[in-house]
Amino acid sequence: MYIVIVGAGNVGYHLAKAVLRKGHEVLLIDRDAATLERIEDELGSIGLRGDGCEAGVLEEAGTARADLFVAVTNQDADNLVACQVAKHRFNVPRTVARMSDLKNEPLFKKLGVDITVSSTILILQYIESQTAKPPLLNRLAVLRGSGREIVDVKIPASSAAVGRKIRDISLPQNSLIILLIRQEERIQLPTGTTVLEPGDRVLVVGDRANEEALHQALTGS
Amino acid sequence: MLIMGCGRVGAHLASLLEADGHEITVLDIDASSFARLPHTFRGNALLGDGTDEDSLKRAGIEEMKAFVALTAADNTNIMAAQIARKVFNVSKVVCRIYDPTREGLYRELGLETICPTALVAEAVRTRL
Repeated sequence: MYIVIVGAGNVGYHLAKAVLRKGHEVLLIDRDAATLERIEDELGSIGLRGDGCEAGVLEEAGTARADLFVAVTNQDADNLVACQVAKHRFNVPRTVARMSDLKNEPLFKKLGVDITVSSTILILQYIESQTAKPPLLNRLAVLRGSGREIVDVKIPASSAAVGRKIRDISLPQNSLIILLIRQEERIQLPTGTTVLEPGDRVLVVGDRANEEALHQALTGS
Repeated sequence: MLIMGCGRVGAHLASLLEADGHEITVLDIDASSFARLPHTFRGNALLGDGTDEDSLKRAGIEEMKAFVALTAADNTNIMAAQIARKVFNVSKVVCRIYDPTREGLYRELGLETICPTALVAEAVRTRL
């Protein structure tokens, strides 16, 4: 692949180094001659001095034949404009912009940046994943737009549901046991008269809002 | 009307538009730039970044009839003008871009642009 990278800061430098190692052709554009010189001493002549938002500079960089255009300066506005010039003047198939202000994501997408990358968002997602309550049930699928989900529940021996017919278990409204797996091998379609055994595994469709009640009904003692 | 960038042009435009009877808000990231506004200026001078949607909202962009991007940085103007058009649907947006080739691209993409470089070059040329 031919990859044009705008911005030879820390991100641009390490990115260039990594993709070079993977055997790609790379050109690194930056306005600062001293920075480029330092990088070229180490990585060979991969630098082009200039403003990565200027059509003339991108022309010289051979942007028209680039498979990927990556703008990773520390200025969101500069990354946006560089990607827009690459996209609209040189028809680069894929543009990637680094972004610090996470509010800019929908805007960049709307304005033709194919991929946005933000360490702010990544770290935020990590923090959220650490602080969010883990789901009670193993969620297999979310039925989009309906607020429903399909969950996988293993019936513990201590569950009050053990030994009871499915029709006698009071599940939350709009919940349905759609599949039963016995001893982890026999797959069967449950009916109202099927009796649950310890270790049974059931797939249930239900409202996301009732997750807690469903968990209680199937695993609570 | 909202003017982003209170440099010489921004401050001068603010007083012209105010004289025309418009209500003006000026936005700049540097408070000292407001010293360029004439003593008679009655509008709002707000500290804020025009490429930040929250700052633009605080400046009242949702009620603005027009938005003018006049900072010294082309890309800041381009980004702010696109936010004004595409996010806040401001009906009249004017964007200053010094780089003539960049100006050409964004004119094609539908921004209303002004390129001082081209204007001055042309003005000088006609004098010679």
